[in-house]
Amino acid sequence: MISALSLFDLVLIILLLWLAWHLLSARDLFRATVLFITYGLLMSLAWVRLKAPDVALAEAAIGAGITGALVLVALGRFGEAESDEAEPGSLWLRGLVASAALGLFALLGWAVWSLPTEMAGLKAQVFERMGESGVENPVTGVLLNFRAWDTLLEMAVLFLAVLGAWSLGEAEEPSMPAPGESLLALVRLLIPLIVLVSGYLLWLGETAPGGAFQGGAVLASGFVLLLLAGVRPIPSLMGWPLRAALGSGFALFLVVAVAVTGGSRMLLEYPPGWEKGLILLIEGVLTLAIAVTLGVLFAGGRPPASPGAGKRGEKR
Amino acid sequence: MTMSEFYFGYALFLLLTVAISLIRVLRGPTSGDRMLSAQLFGTSGVGILLLLGRGMEMPALWDVALVFALLAAVAAVAFVQRVWKSGEQKEAKSDAS
Amino acid sequence: MPLNEWIGLLFILAAAPFFLAGSVGLLRFPDLYCRLHALTKADNIGLGLLILGLMIQSLSLADFLKLLLIWLLVLLAGSTAAHLVARSALRQGRKPWERR
Repeated sequence: MISALSLFDLVLIILLLWLAWHLLSARDLFRATVLFITYGLLMSLAWVRLKAPDVALAEAAIGAGITGALVLVALGRFGEAESDEAEPGSLWLRGLVASAALGLFALLGWAVWSLPTEMAGLKAQVFERMGESGVENPVTGVLLNFRAWDTLLEMAVLFLAVLGAWSLGEAEEPSMPAPGESLLALVRLLIPLIVLVSGYLLWLGETAPGGAFQGGAVLASGFVLLLLAGVRPIPSLMGWPLRAALGSGFALFLVVAVAVTGGSRMLLEYPPGWEKGLILLIEGVLTLAIAVTLGVLFAGGRPPASPGAGKRGEKR
Repeated sequence: MTMSEFYFGYALFLLLTVAISLIRVLRGPTSGDRMLSAQLFGTSGVGILLLLGRGMEMPALWDVALVFALLAAVAAVAFVQRVWKSGEQKEAKSDAS
Repeated sequence: MPLNEWIGLLFILAAAPFFLAGSVGLLRFPDLYCRLHALTKADNIGLGLLILGLMIQSLSLADFLKLLLIWLLVLLAGSTAAHLVARSALRQGRKPWERR
């Protein structure tokens, strides 16, 4: 008899493929958007079934809280203009694209097929040395200690992404209806809980799935919610405090990375006994930096110069 | 039948109800209808995660469910605040498709 | 199996028809305003029963509170989303469906 779980997996895979097909072939942009949101939520279930709750948590936070809202807002900005159906290319061109895509698919399929089914990877080595990592959750151990280098560079990527977005222009003042009482009540109830859950996920990261990225993404959803409800950011925080928060994650990580070197220790090689404290410090700052970064990316540009201050800031 | 098999079967049932409601995303006719389907999936998704967490004995999945529940309203808020504001002309077009 | 597991199971089973009703209602009801009912009533009672069942089964206070929080959050999200969508639809001048 087929177990219920393998049937669940089968239905999940079929649904994912079906959704992917429909969202790519949807002529209506809004339909594609909703399918994309649903696809993200289903992907999070797929990560659960792959026994990767850390990724599922990140996917849930980013998919439900940020990408969904981001895509919807982008659609709102496009308005009707872009919703028109694109000209389908000539038959010859479509044939060419289809065969190229099929070729790539075959190549990838072959690559997956030729992988060994049982691969140990580096799992054994990680588990063997977990005691040295300073934490109990192997994923956090890898991300913040054994391969902290990768996470450090990821922070650099996030920072560069903000620089890129800001160099494109100022954030537009969105046109939206005044928030009603129910929306404001929702925001008032949710924001404290979002902060609480974000801290909970950060703290959890030491022993269980969770950590800075998940906590940061949840916190960023709080910023998204505030922006959507038309809550204006405090102008005095939009200057250097915002920039400091944006750079803080990468900067602190870098400082720690360099500061621990010395003697025979290499970059990012925490001194014995200090691992847990340093990881907690980095993760705490990272949570805030990631949240602010994602929130700023959602706003979509650098904060507009405040009207009172004057263009060149004569006051200074 | 073991107990966890029961939870998995139940999760499968919920996934199938999600599949049914996805038809509404395709049919529309209005953007609001499509958005409601996504909202429904949020709730069913929480149910699926709770059941899988019980069945797979992974308490972390309840935290995933918590995040799902916490952020379930964000997409709908973005939708009414930024997309579905006033009488859209494009609605007529998507009705036809 | 202890008694509380069995009682919890009963509640979990009782939730199933509501989930089904939510999906079928979303599909079968004639317009947006009717479909709101399918969504917010059936599905949230469904999830409520499911969570109640899991609460009875779990014997730890932390799990109990986490489940309660999840249910309240879903209720909050569902009802607010339904209200917001309905308000937008009304403002756009969409007429509720009437039996012809």
